[in-house]
Amino acid sequence: MTSEEICDILKGEFGEAVTDSVMDARRPYVVIDAARWEEVARFLRDDPRMAFNMLQCLSAIDLLEDNKLGAVYDFFCIPQDGTDDVLTLRHHFAVRVVTDRDDPHLPTVSHLWPAADWHEREAFDMMGIVFDGHPNLERILCPDDWEGYPLRKDYEFPLEYHGIPGTTEHELTNPRH
Amino acid sequence: MADVVIESTPDVLMDLDKSGQGDVRTEEMLVNMGPQHPATHGVLRVVLRTDGEMVLESIPHVGYLHRCAEKIGENLQPYQYIPYTDRMDYLAGMNNNQAYALAIEKLAGVEVPERGKYLRVIFAELNRVASHLVAFGTYGLDMGAFTPFLYSFREREMILDMCESACGARLTYSYLTIGGAHDDVPDRFFDVLLEFLDYFEPKIPEYNQLLSFNHIFVKRTADVGVISASDAIAWGLTGPCLRGSGVKWDLRRSAPYEIYDRFEFDIPVGVAGGTDGIPRSVVVGDCWSRYFVRVLEMQQSCRIIRQAIEQIPDGDHINKKLKNLKLPAGEVYMEIENPRGQLGFYVQGDGSAIPSRVKARGPSFSNISILNHIGRGCLLADIPAIVGSTDIVMGEVDR
Repeated sequence: MTSEEICDILKGEFGEAVTDSVMDARRPYVVIDAARWEEVARFLRDDPRMAFNMLQCLSAIDLLEDNKLGAVYDFFCIPQDGTDDVLTLRHHFAVRVVTDRDDPHLPTVSHLWPAADWHEREAFDMMGIVFDGHPNLERILCPDDWEGYPLRKDYEFPLEYHGIPGTTEHELTNPRH
Repeated sequence: MADVVIESTPDVLMDLDKSGQGDVRTEEMLVNMGPQHPATHGVLRVVLRTDGEMVLESIPHVGYLHRCAEKIGENLQPYQYIPYTDRMDYLAGMNNNQAYALAIEKLAGVEVPERGKYLRVIFAELNRVASHLVAFGTYGLDMGAFTPFLYSFREREMILDMCESACGARLTYSYLTIGGAHDDVPDRFFDVLLEFLDYFEPKIPEYNQLLSFNHIFVKRTADVGVISASDAIAWGLTGPCLRGSGVKWDLRRSAPYEIYDRFEFDIPVGVAGGTDGIPRSVVVGDCWSRYFVRVLEMQQSCRIIRQAIEQIPDGDHINKKLKNLKLPAGEVYMEIENPRGQLGFYVQGDGSAIPSRVKARGPSFSNISILNHIGRGCLLADIPAIVGSTDIVMGEVDR
């Protein structure tokens, strides 16, 4: 199925929940209302027409101009019909869910795709998105006592961490960003 | 499909009070394995909750190598970022270069000349063999077999020499770049390569005799750490970890990128023991299957390289018209099949020369996340076998 067809089915099933669709040939995606994301995600996984059994990637994005944070999900459908031939990709799809930058909350999908467990932790760690219902939302790549969310566009690099200097005099006078 | 309950217990330490109930007094113990441990393949730390020899919980802690490579990508032009991709999965630098280059090319609509495409395939497959040789050798080391390691590094050295002759580096190549490969190969390169293939292909049966069918090795790895096909897919496992579970899925054939649709090759998957000379105790999805898929893949990579050498045309090796590359507004997600699984790059452009967001999805990151799920109830000595069979590279997990 093409992304347009998937988008049409989602619009038919969920109507208002699909707030936008960008059918760019390089990477088509739809924007889903965060409040209904869990419901839509379940549909994407369980509906036989969709059958997205693999969550490939979850990328957190910072939409600074709109004062929003977003999570981008990339799904694959790997057919599981047990043939001896090489399986071919049935279809893939991308979803973007945005949330408020000042109080970023998104529902977790880690109970639907366990792959989301670590990806959501990474998004929380790097971008500060809180995934409600996640079983263990802790920092994963940064130390537990790290301050701030490094991948946000307005992140300021700490000058010092446990006595380790975080920047040099040269960098202070010649900022790289 | 039923929902999955992830049984992760963040407060491991507090659970210790539960010990000493019932008639048989058992005591739970916390064992810290790593971050500096020979069997964790880098700086991986696993906190094990054990009851005697039994592992009740194995929680991986990652991040010791974290360099925020994604943030660096938001500050550098694509050309400048290529060397950083080398350092993610540092055993498969060529493949990482290729993945990022493909993502940028897809975003900016860059054409790659035919010769460049073939060079990419040849070096990607060569690097796959080198990477699998490390996996093969170090897995033997994990299981206490020292000799195969020396054999595999002998052959790997030849591959590194060839890569060095092409680009000057032995590990962090930055060779495949946006628009092709940054240099053409030296004279007689393909002769040397064919000579190597003639030498290398008969070595694979030798490896099998030495390690794959070794009785002790099979005892340590067969029927250990079994991952079912549906679990592998749900946890986002890719590469040999997924194929070891019997799922015939390889992006090179399942959703061909670059020019992989022009070659003939097979996709090895894990099969049950007792057939085709596979040891009888082997179960689909166990450590041995994941290991053996890699051995078989080396053969297939050799096949691809031979075909590519036959087909490679003369001409430019890189798109020479490419100057001052600007990334148009928009986003792409590009995945390729790395030795360890699917490496994906999500890149967002905003019209300038520097991408506004770069996200790397490393296969090792997802592959190791399943550790607690499959490690529950196994023996302590099986943990190195399971970790080794996933063949993780921490540079890629932590990025």
